[in-house]
Amino acid sequence: MSQEKQCQCAEVQEEELYPRLEEVIMEHRGKGQDLIMVLHKAQNLFGYLPKKAQEMVAEGLNVSLNEVYGVITFYNFFSTVPQGRNSVKVCLGTACYVRGSQEVLDKAQKELGIKVGGTTEDRRYSLDVVRCIGACGLAPAMLVNEDVYGRVKSPHLPDILAKYE
Amino acid sequence: MNLVRNHVLISIDAGTIMAGARAVEKALVDEINRQGLAGEIAVLETGSIGATGQGVVIVVYPEGLYYANVTPEDASEIVEEHLLKGRPVKRLIMTEMPRQQVIRKEKTGLLKEQARIVLRNSGVINPENIDEYIAEGGYEGIERAFTELKPAGVIKEIKDSGLVGRGGAAFTTAMKWDFASKAPGDPKYIICNADEGEPGTFKDRLILEGDPHKLIEGMMLAGYAVGAAKGFIYIRGEYALSIERLEKAITQARLYGLLGENILESGFSFDLAVMKGAGAYVCGEETALIESLEGKRGHPRNKPPYPVTEGLWGKPTVVNNVETLANVPEIIRNGAAWYRGYGTDKCPGTKVYTIIGNVATPGLIEAEMGTTLRDIIYEYAGGIKEGKKFKGALVGGAAGAFMGPEMLDAKMDFVNLKEYAAVLGSGAILVMDESTDIVGMLQSVLHFFKHESCGHCVPCRLGTKQLVEIVDRIAGGKGKVEDIESLVKISEVMRDTSFCPLGQSLNLPISSSLKYFRDEVYGRVQQPA
Repeated sequence: MSQEKQCQCAEVQEEELYPRLEEVIMEHRGKGQDLIMVLHKAQNLFGYLPKKAQEMVAEGLNVSLNEVYGVITFYNFFSTVPQGRNSVKVCLGTACYVRGSQEVLDKAQKELGIKVGGTTEDRRYSLDVVRCIGACGLAPAMLVNEDVYGRVKSPHLPDILAKYE
Repeated sequence: MNLVRNHVLISIDAGTIMAGARAVEKALVDEINRQGLAGEIAVLETGSIGATGQGVVIVVYPEGLYYANVTPEDASEIVEEHLLKGRPVKRLIMTEMPRQQVIRKEKTGLLKEQARIVLRNSGVINPENIDEYIAEGGYEGIERAFTELKPAGVIKEIKDSGLVGRGGAAFTTAMKWDFASKAPGDPKYIICNADEGEPGTFKDRLILEGDPHKLIEGMMLAGYAVGAAKGFIYIRGEYALSIERLEKAITQARLYGLLGENILESGFSFDLAVMKGAGAYVCGEETALIESLEGKRGHPRNKPPYPVTEGLWGKPTVVNNVETLANVPEIIRNGAAWYRGYGTDKCPGTKVYTIIGNVATPGLIEAEMGTTLRDIIYEYAGGIKEGKKFKGALVGGAAGAFMGPEMLDAKMDFVNLKEYAAVLGSGAILVMDESTDIVGMLQSVLHFFKHESCGHCVPCRLGTKQLVEIVDRIAGGKGKVEDIESLVKISEVMRDTSFCPLGQSLNLPISSSLKYFRDEVYGRVQQPA
């Protein structure tokens, strides 16, 4: 699949998602206190929080765009840049760090050719670090989407990554 | 319930799901059906049994036999040999068993030895079935509260039990409840802090996944005691299975009339909502958590006023940790005197520890207050991995304190550890063997804090950045003696001037690492000519 084609289809999809975001916002209209909940739902829809979505949320919940942006940038969970189809997160919590997760992270950066916080050009993977996912007994641990991998050694990485299209 | 001959419990948690627990479960059920044993043998899902890194774990009752590292291919052998012919499959029997699981109270009467209060049901009942919780005495606490104790009696019982908060600060629970019940303002709120973000801690997750109804009952009792009609569970966004189980449990409780209007004809109404966090360590601080619940950036607030008088939306609010609330139903059901039978005089009850790092069986244990670090490591966690030597432990999470070998026999409880300038904190114990690099550990801790500093106050925002630069310099072999002194000095200023515990607590890992591993740290910097 050529890269160009893929980008286009992602954009088309994005446009189609706005009416659904509108529905979500309707349920919380004027309720500023629901901001984080709505942002969760919006990010679920788009995979990230595009500027247009931020504006719609601000307008719908009756909070300033400044406030919305402030909340998004405060929490690790939210992202304002497009994410890859698969999110790879390496845990750098204390327990994982002791068990060598830095090496896993280095290998992941090399393998994917991106830095932490980046997305591969084909938008197949995004790479991030997390600080503890509560799987310390399995250290070093990493997450790909919702799947937890424990006792990861850097040679395992190519096999793990290959599972995700 | 059908009369079944055997129960096969399959442990379902993030670790075992990853190891393929669902596939094993399906293979077992298929094989049981194929052998025509469907009516005789029940396969049940349960929460974590407290052992990690042993693949898919199943337990066969009534024998109480544990199998580890089970694969779908093993299913036919287990069914054929064990369940049909009664011959255990020796090659799969778990060898490194979590100790507290071996001693079943109904078999040996050794409840004292096991000391499970909070985790009593975890890994024993099916967390997705409210009937199983009720069968284990669940919701008896709320019944006793309604009929016998009344709100003031609930607070008194909790006060007599000596329960203190298990989130880290160890504040007296009854006092918090008493303040909130007397504070003017309406409505009042109960918040459960399930934003478990302390690195190396996953105790709350096991409670949430293994016994969600216990938390619900604990929150009901708190609500009844202080006169709140609404509760919020603020939970980490990453805890997908916990959220799912909790929401299921809340729905079931509503169906049974245990949540909602006029519960059990008592006149008391109470309902719960689950709120997903969005990943900010500082939101574990109660006022930052409240800000976040209100939909804002999670900056800590000025204290006073404390949440008990002005909390969520300016109303009286109690914020309790998951483990604290999970103690409450057991105390109300069994009474304060029973609870005081556990732990020490000053610190009754148990503590749930997550024990990780270089130990043979990392995982979750519940031990009485006052158990020594040595017992926790060598008796419960199987000792140091690969027979290596114990070097030290980081106790209480990233914001905790290092302890050296001389601390192995210190009794672990909130009061006693204070005397050694250490903390129990969240109950995380990270064990390090002789090969661990202390400077590397400090580096990891300080990087974590730099990342999680919320930027609200200057000492923490700038201090964490400076500390990281210095520790990186030391780790890179370019540090000087003055750098170590700067680490101490900066962290002391942060301790005294930071706005919230995040910045205040960094001095602890720094000063304690120097206390126990002084020579090693100083050995890493350039020696003065």
